Amino acid sequence: MGKKLVEDKSNVLPGDVIAEGDILSGRGTYKENGKVKSKVLGVARTKKNRMRVIPLSGGYIPQEGDNVIGKISGIGPSHWWVELDSPYDGYLSLAEGSDEFIDLDETELSDVYDIGDMIYTEVIKVTSEKDVKLSMQDRICKKLTGGRIIRISPSKVPRLIGKGGSMVEMIKDRTDSRIIIGQNGIVWVNGGDEDLAVEAVKTVDERGHERGLTDKVEKILDKR
Amino acid sequence: MSEDKELLKDGKRIDGRAKDELRDMEAEAGILKRADGSGYFRMGGTEVIASVFGPRELHPKHKQKPQRGIIQCRYNLAPFSVDDRKRPGPSRRGKEIGKVAEGALSSIVFLEEFPTATIDVYMEVISADAGTRCVALNAGAIALADAGIPMKGLISSCAAGKIEDTPVLDLKGEEDKDGQVDLPIAMNIETGEITLLQMDGMTDIDEMDKMLDLAIDGCEKVAEKQREALMETFGDKK
Repeated sequence: MGKKLVEDKSNVLPGDVIAEGDILSGRGTYKENGKVKSKVLGVARTKKNRMRVIPLSGGYIPQEGDNVIGKISGIGPSHWWVELDSPYDGYLSLAEGSDEFIDLDETELSDVYDIGDMIYTEVIKVTSEKDVKLSMQDRICKKLTGGRIIRISPSKVPRLIGKGGSMVEMIKDRTDSRIIIGQNGIVWVNGGDEDLAVEAVKTVDERGHERGLTDKVEKILDKR
Repeated sequence: MSEDKELLKDGKRIDGRAKDELRDMEAEAGILKRADGSGYFRMGGTEVIASVFGPRELHPKHKQKPQRGIIQCRYNLAPFSVDDRKRPGPSRRGKEIGKVAEGALSSIVFLEEFPTATIDVYMEVISADAGTRCVALNAGAIALADAGIPMKGLISSCAAGKIEDTPVLDLKGEEDKDGQVDLPIAMNIETGEITLLQMDGMTDIDEMDKMLDLAIDGCEKVAEKQREALMETFGDKK
């Protein structure tokens, strides 16, 4: 039987031993000589028989199933390249890019998505060489027109979404804005009280690791 | 080697330290806003600011490794960091130290998680008084952790040396200049792996062992300081 060596939600550094023995090592941890150690600077979470460390900071590495916001950065003969604020660009093929049939003799790809357009898209495949394939087939995926784009730290995205979407729902509700959050830390805000919504999102980014975050955000939203 | 200066007097060194005492240290994480991660480390009169960018796309493309990422280090002495003005720009020494720093840091980073990408570490020495590569690595390790890079642990570094035939810890400027040996090491305290070991001067195996022991003890104290600095980045949580 394994033994957990740190309490839930305690702060850990890379290399800290957080458990030993028969305990699984989850995200943000690694196993060495029967000990589970932290990989990153962050907050340790214990869940049943598994240890995780939620990082305090860090960039975005694409993962299958993530919904992200990207910017069209290049157009090929039958595909688009999408910048994801990550070391790896996304590849969006023509087949995955649109539900409708696109006749390449009649239409230019740039009429569908042009360079500079922002899209909300899904990561459908990541190879071991980190080739990232994207898809727009899901009905929630779309081209984002109007509104504002803000960038937050990808590690703060779970806080911005909140438990079951509570945080983002609260911001949407109070500001009448439409908000779409990409797992890569890009957030799209449109309509309603955009200024207030942006301020709230930025607060989550800056103070996301503190306690009582909801209260702090609520305070800002009450200003209206 | 000049004998005109007395480096050791009644077991004390020129700045009053004992033989196995480090200079006073200061450390801070996250001092630069625009970098993905940053760190500051000071040991006595040596100060370094390190910044980390990435993981990000690596250019030129021929440098990319398909199975793993790479670390690129830049070590630079600021023109105002030394007594006489240092001519700015890349130098043989700077490139070499950057290269060994890459080796020292690569061994603890999970580079296989970032194929084809690079993690850039910039270490700027803003004040130099011996042991700059050690302080640079200490600042670099803080910056890497602050950037959220997955690592096996921290790299801590300090130098030992020999002055007047006596092994001592953490040389300062004059001791380095007039001393006999300078032995900087960098290691991961948790695992005990030494990832950098260089030596300047002449010594024998016994003295080498003594100096190594001193340096390893020193690294432990450095690691504590780095730990403190990183813990502060959690802010007012708890």
